[in-house]
Amino acid sequence: MKKLMVTAAAVLWSQCAMADEMRLAVTTSFDNSGLSEVLLPAIKADLDIDLQLLVVGTGQALKLGEAGDVDAVLVHSKAAEDTFVAAGHGTHRREIMYNDFVLIGPKADGADTANATSAADAFARVASAEAAFVSRGDDSGTHKAELGIWSSAGLEVGGFGSWYHAVGAGMGAALNTAAGLDAYIFADRASWLNFGNKSGLALTYSGDPALFNQYAFLPVDPAKNANIRSDLAMKLEGWLTSRRAADLINGYEINGEPLFVFNAVVQ
Amino acid sequence: MVSAMFPLKLHQVLVRRRGKTVIGPVDLELGPQGATMIVGPNGSGKTTLLRVMHGIERISSGSVQWEDDDPAKHAFVFQSPVVLRRTVVQNLAYPLELLKLPKLTVKTSVAEWLGRIGLQGKADMSATRLSGGERQKLAIARALIRKPDVLFLDEPCANLDGHATREIEAILQEATAAGTRLVMATHDMGQARRLAHDLVFMLNGKIHETGGADSIFECPKTKELTAFLNGDIVV
Amino acid sequence: MIDILEGLKAAFWLVVSFDAELWEISLRSLRVTLTALVIASLIAIPLGTYLAVQRFRYRRFIISLINALMGLPPVVIGLIVYILLSRSGPFGVLNLLFTPTAMIIAQVIIITPVIASIAHQAMRELWAEYHDLLISLNTTKWQRIVTLIRDGRRNLLTAALAGFGRAIGEVGAIMIVGGNIDHVTRVLTTAIALETGKGDFALALGLGFVLIGIAIVVNLAIHTLSRTEREGRW
Repeated sequence: MKKLMVTAAAVLWSQCAMADEMRLAVTTSFDNSGLSEVLLPAIKADLDIDLQLLVVGTGQALKLGEAGDVDAVLVHSKAAEDTFVAAGHGTHRREIMYNDFVLIGPKADGADTANATSAADAFARVASAEAAFVSRGDDSGTHKAELGIWSSAGLEVGGFGSWYHAVGAGMGAALNTAAGLDAYIFADRASWLNFGNKSGLALTYSGDPALFNQYAFLPVDPAKNANIRSDLAMKLEGWLTSRRAADLINGYEINGEPLFVFNAVVQ
Repeated sequence: MVSAMFPLKLHQVLVRRRGKTVIGPVDLELGPQGATMIVGPNGSGKTTLLRVMHGIERISSGSVQWEDDDPAKHAFVFQSPVVLRRTVVQNLAYPLELLKLPKLTVKTSVAEWLGRIGLQGKADMSATRLSGGERQKLAIARALIRKPDVLFLDEPCANLDGHATREIEAILQEATAAGTRLVMATHDMGQARRLAHDLVFMLNGKIHETGGADSIFECPKTKELTAFLNGDIVV
Repeated sequence: MIDILEGLKAAFWLVVSFDAELWEISLRSLRVTLTALVIASLIAIPLGTYLAVQRFRYRRFIISLINALMGLPPVVIGLIVYILLSRSGPFGVLNLLFTPTAMIIAQVIIITPVIASIAHQAMRELWAEYHDLLISLNTTKWQRIVTLIRDGRRNLLTAALAGFGRAIGEVGAIMIVGGNIDHVTRVLTTAIALETGKGDFALALGLGFVLIGIAIVVNLAIHTLSRTEREGRW
């Protein structure tokens, strides 16, 4: 019996050698899109880097970068990113690609958002119908984009009634809540397409250029501590902006729909 | 062999708990040999007196003096036996293991005592599954296994039937014959007569009368002991 | 109801197909939790026993502190460990954040009070039983503690299993300090949280059933081991 336990322990605690490891904080929406499952093996093959993804909200991703706990961040909230670079936490900001946000709602579309003329108009229709709306409410990139559209529609979130549910959760959890409440929700297209619990929800409005969602890569300032692998971050940035990455990103589809548009400036 | 620990002298010993006197003042001197039986009604302080002598009860004033004290040389058997949650053999070995004696010595002693208390057949049984009489025999053997100079016993047969009581008395008589000093509280006057060399009669926390077994049972000096020996209620 | 059936089905297929990823995260869950359990037990069991045997000035306070720590939300412990281990924190140079070691540290902090508290309860009862004998045998403090731990080991096992149950199912703290990195710090509970987030309830439930299965197997294995021992030696 003792021998068996020793063997079991040996199996449990055995370790294997690793390639170079780099930590990248990414947003939930990026990971939910499934694109990372295409990119990670390619990065491993081309650069021999084990890219470790920390999947968190934009707020937490930038916080991890600020603490120097990750080597780079890949997020989508331009204002917050500019502040991050201006404060010296990141060396620079490099745009990689974009996807778009969409408005999801009950199949019946009680607020008639499908006929809206713009994203702001669609939001205004939801507000005037006082239809149930679920907001991430977690200071994430998606949440910030949603707030931006409310304000472009001339509406103040603080004054909304009980139809507006700020859940303070990640994209998946918020979508689950919206499915349960049969509510409208602002989501990124990738998360929506990959979401498994669509229930009575459907895409009701999309296509306004105001909904474009730009992803940017920000290497963390290596001066923060000696453990930051800025060499790997530079290599990764080079790869993410290469033709090879462009083909993989533009070619990525869910149910025949392309999700991302590569728009890095190739140097 | 006469123990170097004696005589044991108790001088004006007083035990007070929560403002009440439990025993005392008590003066007593115990010689090196024989068996002393402590008798008296419930609550007269027999248990406390034994614990004071063994050194496990704090005294409030007075003094307890051994000629040359060695705590490993006196043992105590409680009214309701404490058995370790281990096998019979492991219970017997425990006091010797604490002294870090060689394994072989421990094994020999344990085997010897296992035979003396007649539990060979239950050597590897959990001691918690023994009967009351077996438990008390085990506790006495475990107390005697260190070959103590003195053995204190607090009504060891109080909860046992006649047969078990006889067996225990036989073990105790053997121990006395081998030179172990017995100091024992008992309720059972028949047992006191069978085992005692000396008698200590306690009443209300004080020693009321003492004397040799040859005379005290026949001609007690105080009317309280006379009444107690007659089976009357003494307050 | 359909979701639960789907979950059972998912669990069944994951197990029978020897899904490589499932094996990996299950083994990591076990590795992290069992390591944390061993470390926490080594601290908590002597501590709980000492508190039962020894009276000293701050004893009451320490017992209250242990009971209070039991009620602390794991997320808070996770945040504290994160701040301490962050590269900008006091132990940043150790570079332990987002590693299994960080998860072990958080779990040790979470379950040590649980094990210590249950161990203290059990040892207090045993000490009441043994007190007179051990005092009369003139035992040292250390001998008392060793005797109680040895003879109370079945109760201590219960305490350890309670700690195991709490650690294996913990998600809030290890999510923060481990980061749920695929192939590095992803364990069953964080994978469940992830799949729930993706709306894949069937897979999440399936992983949940695997988790329950592992907990049952570990409990049975430990009980069987302790029973074989009883029949052999008792």
